[in-house]
Amino acid sequence: METYFILPFTLGMLFLLIVLFIKYGLWITKLSHIDKLRIVQSIFTRRSWDAIKESFLEGLVHRNMYKRNPLLGYMHMCFAMGWFLIIVFGHVECYMYYGTLAKAPWYPIFFQYYVHEWFPGERFMTNLMDFLLLYILTGVLLAYFKRINSKIFGIKKTTKLKPLDRVALISLWFIFPMRLLAESATAALYGNGGFLTNTVGQLFVWIGVNSSMESMLWWGYSLSLGLFFVGFPFSRYMHIFTEILFIFLRHYGIKLKKQFNSYSRIQVYSCSRCGVCIDVCQMHVANISNNQSVYILKNIRDQNLTDRKLYNCLLCGRCEQACPVRINLNDLRISQRIRATKEFNSDYAFLQTLPVDEPQMIDSKPEVIYFAGCMTHMTPGIKKSVLKVLDKAGVKYQFMDKEKGACCGRPLMLAGQYEAAKKLIAYNREKILESRAPILLVSCPICYKVFKDDYELGQITIKHHSEYFLELVNQGRIQLAQSEKTIVYHDPCELGRGCGVYEPPRELLRMTGQLQSVQQEKVNSLCCSGSLGDLSLSMADRNVIKAETLKVLLQKNPDVLATACPLCKKTFVKGVDVQVKDIAEIVAEAME
Amino acid sequence: MRNFGFSTTKSRTIDYGDIDRRLISYILENEPTFNACLSCGSCTAICSAGNLTSFNIRKLSLQIRLGDLEKTHEEIDKCMLCGKCLLECPRGINTRNVVMLIKKGLTIFEIKDKA
Amino acid sequence: MIDVLIIGGGIAGIETACSLQDLGYETIIVEKEKTIGGHLNDWDTLFPTHRSASEVLAHYTDETRKRALTIYLNTYVISVKKQDDGTFEVHTSRDVVFRSKAVVVASGYKLFNAERKEEYGYKIYDNVLTSADLEVKLKDLKGEFKTPTDKVPERIAFIHCVGSRDEKSGNHYCSKLCCVTAVKQAIHLKQLCPKAEIFCCYMDLRMYGPGFEEMYREAQEKYHIQFIRGRLSEVGENSNGTLQLKVEDTLAARPCKIQVDMLVLMVGMESAKSTELFAQSCGLKCAPNRFIQPLDHHIGSNLTNVEGLFTAGTSIGPMSVFDTVNHAKATAFAIRDYFINTAR
Repeated sequence: METYFILPFTLGMLFLLIVLFIKYGLWITKLSHIDKLRIVQSIFTRRSWDAIKESFLEGLVHRNMYKRNPLLGYMHMCFAMGWFLIIVFGHVECYMYYGTLAKAPWYPIFFQYYVHEWFPGERFMTNLMDFLLLYILTGVLLAYFKRINSKIFGIKKTTKLKPLDRVALISLWFIFPMRLLAESATAALYGNGGFLTNTVGQLFVWIGVNSSMESMLWWGYSLSLGLFFVGFPFSRYMHIFTEILFIFLRHYGIKLKKQFNSYSRIQVYSCSRCGVCIDVCQMHVANISNNQSVYILKNIRDQNLTDRKLYNCLLCGRCEQACPVRINLNDLRISQRIRATKEFNSDYAFLQTLPVDEPQMIDSKPEVIYFAGCMTHMTPGIKKSVLKVLDKAGVKYQFMDKEKGACCGRPLMLAGQYEAAKKLIAYNREKILESRAPILLVSCPICYKVFKDDYELGQITIKHHSEYFLELVNQGRIQLAQSEKTIVYHDPCELGRGCGVYEPPRELLRMTGQLQSVQQEKVNSLCCSGSLGDLSLSMADRNVIKAETLKVLLQKNPDVLATACPLCKKTFVKGVDVQVKDIAEIVAEAME
Repeated sequence: MRNFGFSTTKSRTIDYGDIDRRLISYILENEPTFNACLSCGSCTAICSAGNLTSFNIRKLSLQIRLGDLEKTHEEIDKCMLCGKCLLECPRGINTRNVVMLIKKGLTIFEIKDKA
Repeated sequence: MIDVLIIGGGIAGIETACSLQDLGYETIIVEKEKTIGGHLNDWDTLFPTHRSASEVLAHYTDETRKRALTIYLNTYVISVKKQDDGTFEVHTSRDVVFRSKAVVVASGYKLFNAERKEEYGYKIYDNVLTSADLEVKLKDLKGEFKTPTDKVPERIAFIHCVGSRDEKSGNHYCSKLCCVTAVKQAIHLKQLCPKAEIFCCYMDLRMYGPGFEEMYREAQEKYHIQFIRGRLSEVGENSNGTLQLKVEDTLAARPCKIQVDMLVLMVGMESAKSTELFAQSCGLKCAPNRFIQPLDHHIGSNLTNVEGLFTAGTSIGPMSVFDTVNHAKATAFAIRDYFINTAR
């Protein structure tokens, strides 16, 4: 009769399993045919093993989060690893006593309630289970603290909650303290228990304990478990299993598509809302604290994402870089923009009616086709320097957008105008292929990114001028003179985090001056705030963010602030008298 | 309507009491900087699309302000959103957002071009 | 202890010093350059009369000599500290510490650095000058007027509002004198090169002072200067050194391309960096445009939030020569009032 308390737990678990089965079943069946093939082909390969390894390291140990923030990582590890082990050893204990694993699931969970007598290994197992419980409880304690004061975790802000999350969160907070109380009450009644439950049990003996009280506490434990299981699929805790599914799919080579699909949804649900992305976001400088990735993912789940939030993001990629779960946050956001704007994509019919350019070089094919891009035309200093270096090195080049040219398509892509961007891509792609040049040279990282990701140029190698100039130096086609000037380098978002080009610009700078390091650089570099990724950020807010970035960059008072992006350059010179130069200008000067 | 082979010409006078404000109100609500335009024309002169077509973002903005939406759809579709105007505007108008709002506004209010 | 220390030996500083001396107060001037006169030294002629700037300068040099004003040249102010007794201690690049009962900030302005508007090609293309460069060129002119690439110009364009009324330059305000300067310089060039076609690209023409509007009309009627209502957005260079301008003629609502031999950028006025630095040292309030914030725009434009600290001339914002002179004279009277009131 008194064992009815197992009902909340059992029903809750049953409910959870059914919901998970349906949800995951639907998500997987909705994957594209090719993605499904990928799963089938990879399932019995090394990839599965790698995925298991990563699931262990990230899902349980939380290694990435630990690296970013040890205390936060420890808290997550307490819950994940502790709970996992308590389930595993609960079953071991159960097996040791009953001699079989074929017992109903509530036996290992409520083992202390059922078994009070000695069996071989009983002392060890009881103490081990107590130790694991204590381990989890330290995590619970940290979780309480985090809600009260998130600063001790090194994070300025903790995530905001919605009602269902609160139910799940509170029931989660109750589970382990209730388990401690229930087991201690039992320990008090039967005079057993490990180092923890026995000690707490002494307290119960002291205040007087009876079996109805014991039963009540077990009810409490079971209820909090049941409640948590019911709330689970509708709360952020859904990430626990989804993250593992995501890790497997990622290892099977499934990639995020432009359009929001089933895999995107799996990524969205993999977010644990740890809050790491909140802290790295530069929007805080301008007091904007509602549009960080964690909130956007939440809005996607709840289907209440507003345009204002969706478009107010620099797409600098700092959060994506920091995300311990490795969710493709930038592309997820872009996929939402694609969805929001799909009704009004332009077809750029005028491109078909433009007069065909006279071929600039008929006799021989050029070594390089140079695409300056819209932004570079606004920075004649960069354009002139690039051409000067090419001339000096004797490179035969074709200037693709010397007089007129269509945009590369990346700004459209960033705004979610995917179909429109495809039109520009097709137009430019044809021109590039027509040139028969083996190298496409670009001086704007924004163009560079879209050429690399979306143009499918086949044999043509795409090079940013910093990469190409380094090659020219290495080939001995240009010589650079070194100066005593101190230089700091700002990594443009699209070139650095976007395309992984960190070293070539630095190598060039080391050859021309004294390169100094800055506090936040390479993958951790700050955004200049000029990004085209953001559509709604006001100029005033941009200026505030820019000022903060400049503060970091100019800390050591360098002679020159170098960058490799016309947009970054234009953003930095705005309103301040610092010497900002592009790599191209520095190289052109050093050639003399 | 019957086609008589001729039509009455619309008055050339701007009647400020009778302006189609749907689109302009929608834009201003979401991007107040749009009102700061002083018609200097630097957006148009630098425009990548204006270099290839007759697109004139400044004139289009003025027409939207006056509720003259006959060709807005066709015109705004020429913009490639490259952001040069954003970098040039002396008043710091968020031009790319304005363009997206025009596109969205036309969809919301189902404003079509006059044939 | 001297009565008044004046920071800056431009026309504002000198005029204040002369007036104060005449009122019977003892003054000294601290000037960071090696000569007095400030920016006036760099100007060729002054609007609206085309009078030679050196004439005005000579007048002030004369006045200075007559009164035997004490001027410390090559001396820049590091900090201004107000003492508990209301007097000031001024630290400069010299070893001595100056003490005075009142201080006048007449530190002037600096010209906008046109390199910050990269798309206009200053210091990138040879034939792009600033209005200040042109003044120097005109001042030193011997023989025929030629462009920096040594050509008699056939077409010249003036660009208004470079670094003024521009969010991208960080200056939202109007420098108010560039319009009339452009008209003055355009007329001057037309006189020098009668065959040249001259364009002025403007956003709005602000001819606020006496004689300015008349000068504008003269430029149109007599000199056939062409005024295009549109702001320059981009400059390109042709292989022969000529420049290609992209402007929208907003009145015609059509983009236009202008090919010119020389481009003149009408650079605006900014608060001097030194003003900002020593303003910090004595808690002097600066306006969002970085110029010094006067205590009251209408009836106390010479006063500041620090009692005993006064301003004269362009340290509070762009001003013409005659506005500066008037403002400086008023400063002298404001200081007299201050001394009379504190003595009471």
